[in-house]
Amino acid sequence: MTEKKKTTIVLFSGDYDKAMAAYIIANGAAAYDHEVTIFHTFWGLNALRKDEHISVKKGFMEKMFGKMMPRGADKLGLSKMNFAGFGPKMIKDIMKKHNAMSLPQLIEMAQEQEVKLVACTMTMDLLGLQQEELLESIEYAGVAAYLADAEEGNVNLFI
Amino acid sequence: MNIAKVLDAKGLACPMPIVKTKKAMNELVSGQVLEIHTTDKGSKNDLTAWAKSSGHELLKHEEENAVFKFWIKKG
Repeated sequence: MTEKKKTTIVLFSGDYDKAMAAYIIANGAAAYDHEVTIFHTFWGLNALRKDEHISVKKGFMEKMFGKMMPRGADKLGLSKMNFAGFGPKMIKDIMKKHNAMSLPQLIEMAQEQEVKLVACTMTMDLLGLQQEELLESIEYAGVAAYLADAEEGNVNLFI
Repeated sequence: MNIAKVLDAKGLACPMPIVKTKKAMNELVSGQVLEIHTTDKGSKNDLTAWAKSSGHELLKHEEENAVFKFWIKKG
């Protein structure tokens, strides 16, 4: 067989719906036998946060950021019609009815399909997120590592 | 037609029919046929495109009582 094709996605957004779109494409691309990378930066990092509180040493600003940002994929808000958190509740209900996978399930499925999940270390520093607070078995990298994948990418998306 | 495996993906929403099909296909050897049942309306285009791009052959598909059936031969 020919060499594997590559898909790369930059997940910048921390919105539940946009992250869902990113992970659906990632899972689809993995089923297409692509090598898939999702590079999480800025608010997209919140999709990788563990949902429990992890005590790590932080400064005041980092602590505040940690408190104000959603802790994990299930807590993300919607890009439209968030209604102070009521929107996500409604959409998750509807998703269940239609048998659509939730974001945490999509992330798990992506890991099962060996999608490479990468956290941007520079923005982790900005938002005060530490490795202990993010999911296990993800990678840590910067723009050069992303570009190395993207320059060979057949599908490159920014979400 | 000699069907090696039947995959029931009824009730599953995108992207699961494709993900499950890919997984089931991994267990077959070249030349074996996988039968897939789905209800997702996008799956006809999805599975057709997937089979073509992945080097498999879509032998036949039909629709019966809102259930889509596909027979794909592993390439």
